[in-house]
Amino acid sequence: MSHVDPSAPLEGKPTKESERNLKRESRTQLVSFIFMIFITSTAFLTVASDIVPTGFAIPFILLLASIQVIMQLYVFMHMNHGSRWINVMMWAGLFVAAMTVAALMILIGVTKY
Amino acid sequence: MSNSTAASKKSVLYDWLTTVDHKKIGIMYFFGGLFFFTIAGIEAMLMRIQLMFPEMGFVGEQTFNELLTMHGTTMLFLAAMPLFFAFMNFVVPLQIGARDVAFPFINSLGLWLFIFGGIILNISWMTGGGPDAGWTAYTPLSTTSGGHGVDYYVMGLQVAGAGTLMSAINFLVTIVNMRAPGMSMMRMPLFTWTTFVTSMLILFAFPALTIGLLLIMLDRIFGGAFFDVALGGNVVIYQHLFWIFGHPEVYILILPAFGIFSEVIPTFAKKRLFGYTAMVFATMIIGFLGFMVWAHHMFTVGMGPVANAIFAVATMAIAVPTGIKIFNWLLTLWGGRIKFTTANLFALAFIPSFVLGGVTGVQLAMSAADYQFHDTYFVVAHFHYVIIGGSVLGIFSATFYWWPKMFGYRLSETLGKWFFWLFLIGFHLTFFVQHFLGLMGMPRRVGSYLDGQGLNEMNFISSMGAFLMGFAFILLVINVLVSRKNTDNVQDPWDGRTLEWATTSPVQEYNFAQTPLVRDLDAFWYEKMEGDGRMKAAEPLDDIHMPNGSILPIFISLGFSILAFGVIYSQWWLMIVGGVFMFSMMFIRSIKEDHGYHIPVSEIKKEKGEG
Repeated sequence: MSHVDPSAPLEGKPTKESERNLKRESRTQLVSFIFMIFITSTAFLTVASDIVPTGFAIPFILLLASIQVIMQLYVFMHMNHGSRWINVMMWAGLFVAAMTVAALMILIGVTKY
Repeated sequence: MSNSTAASKKSVLYDWLTTVDHKKIGIMYFFGGLFFFTIAGIEAMLMRIQLMFPEMGFVGEQTFNELLTMHGTTMLFLAAMPLFFAFMNFVVPLQIGARDVAFPFINSLGLWLFIFGGIILNISWMTGGGPDAGWTAYTPLSTTSGGHGVDYYVMGLQVAGAGTLMSAINFLVTIVNMRAPGMSMMRMPLFTWTTFVTSMLILFAFPALTIGLLLIMLDRIFGGAFFDVALGGNVVIYQHLFWIFGHPEVYILILPAFGIFSEVIPTFAKKRLFGYTAMVFATMIIGFLGFMVWAHHMFTVGMGPVANAIFAVATMAIAVPTGIKIFNWLLTLWGGRIKFTTANLFALAFIPSFVLGGVTGVQLAMSAADYQFHDTYFVVAHFHYVIIGGSVLGIFSATFYWWPKMFGYRLSETLGKWFFWLFLIGFHLTFFVQHFLGLMGMPRRVGSYLDGQGLNEMNFISSMGAFLMGFAFILLVINVLVSRKNTDNVQDPWDGRTLEWATTSPVQEYNFAQTPLVRDLDAFWYEKMEGDGRMKAAEPLDDIHMPNGSILPIFISLGFSILAFGVIYSQWWLMIVGGVFMFSMMFIRSIKEDHGYHIPVSEIKKEKGEG
């Protein structure tokens, strides 16, 4: 009886289509990588330079950080491959957690509504 | 590839201690849960004896506080949840046509963490008194409570909670990845669906509890000041953290019961479940709304009128999906050929009992009225109506329904019906009058009351009902013992609809010799009606790959427990010993290669009787 070992290296040549896909993916990864270096240095410059006021710098780098995280998840960690449940759970969890934290911050504030 | 042969003659005890088989783990969850259910039930009896007459001196006030704390904590974390986990573990892989859960080792670890957590909590009785700050352990009461009781509460729940979280992740991965060919999400039985949503709730809710307990631990043992107002702490944050966990927790307790009734009612009404899609979406909506209503436990804390109003409205919204479910069950029964077996009696009794609890729930959701109800016996009556009328009736229904599959014999119906009626009457006798006690102003969690306030008669009735429930439970234990001879007709005794009834009874360790092909919702029923009454195979008969058992889960849990005791008594050396032991066991698990073993085709054929 033959048992397929999922961790065994693949044999034979890839098809034309998967070759095209691999090419496209490596291009996406390269572009994303350069873009991520760009936004990382932007974030650094925002904090390092005296021209940008702090009140703007903090929300701005938080925005850059979230872009960074989303790109990391989808481009490099392939979150949209395989089961869609990973997507559903992560975003549902984020949604619930964000609402909970926001409500909690309002509720325990000094001002009562 | 296989580096050991099939279960080479191990002793029975060692086999059970090391098993990673979801069915054996389910059975151990069942007996563990039943054991703690008994303990918590005895605690309830002691409280009812104390409250039987005004100013009784049966137990002291301190003991009463410990009893009420441990009754609540044990019932929720160590009885109700493990009993549901028992059925989830046993039934869900069978219902989706899988050979086991996705991570059998993690499953076993979850079980042993629960057992060790439960033992830690109950050891507190022997070391100077249990926790005494209520199952909610509100600060500053919990942070200033003397003795080590609350430390036991914190560490016991951390250990058990870690196991619960692991099991939930395991169920999620299992249900997403391991369904048999043809079983789309919308062909899953409702019990599998509710297990799925319950596991999501556990995954998102338990971290809040972990943090709450961690902060209490830091405050009590390591001199933190999170809840010390004099040092700028805020005690209300703990209440929020607790209920961000606590409200989803009550849905964690009721959703599996909803799933059980959605299996039992169609089976005994001989009809498919009315409104399957609506049932699935109602489950998800209840799960989501469960996270959005936590502050309704805190209306009197002083959050402000707008906040109270928002949470009141959100709470009332939950009545809508729950109502959808109730009507769907009623319409499933409508025109069905209803069989009044014990399992179905529990399901039928659930509907009116739970609606009563739901109605008082909406009453409590009205924040203005809640100022009157808060911390009275009205609340006690409400949550016992939903937890006993919902979860416990669900557990008993599932016990009678799945018993033949789990243990290979049928429970006696005669004794079962006696048990049902006595339990139901006892339950309503105990808690119905408590609504009125609450409206008359009797506060909850107080170990006595004065004579001449009109509380005597109803408290006496309530205690009598509690004894009746206790007596009924003894009938269940007797039933389990005397029914062992009913070994005929156990494979599919109820003419079942879902895949678990297509297996042999008791189930083979590999569940299905060939993975079944699912062609419709209620897969087995479809084959009975449209096919030849047997599941079609989705694969040729082949060797079956099985995981090896392991003793490591017990050792990891033991190490964690030693660590917990180190924290409870602030002994650094004990913490280090426990931690090192735990991590070295985990290290062994990580580096030791274990590919499991294969059951050869010849043996499978022999067990099928084709050898």
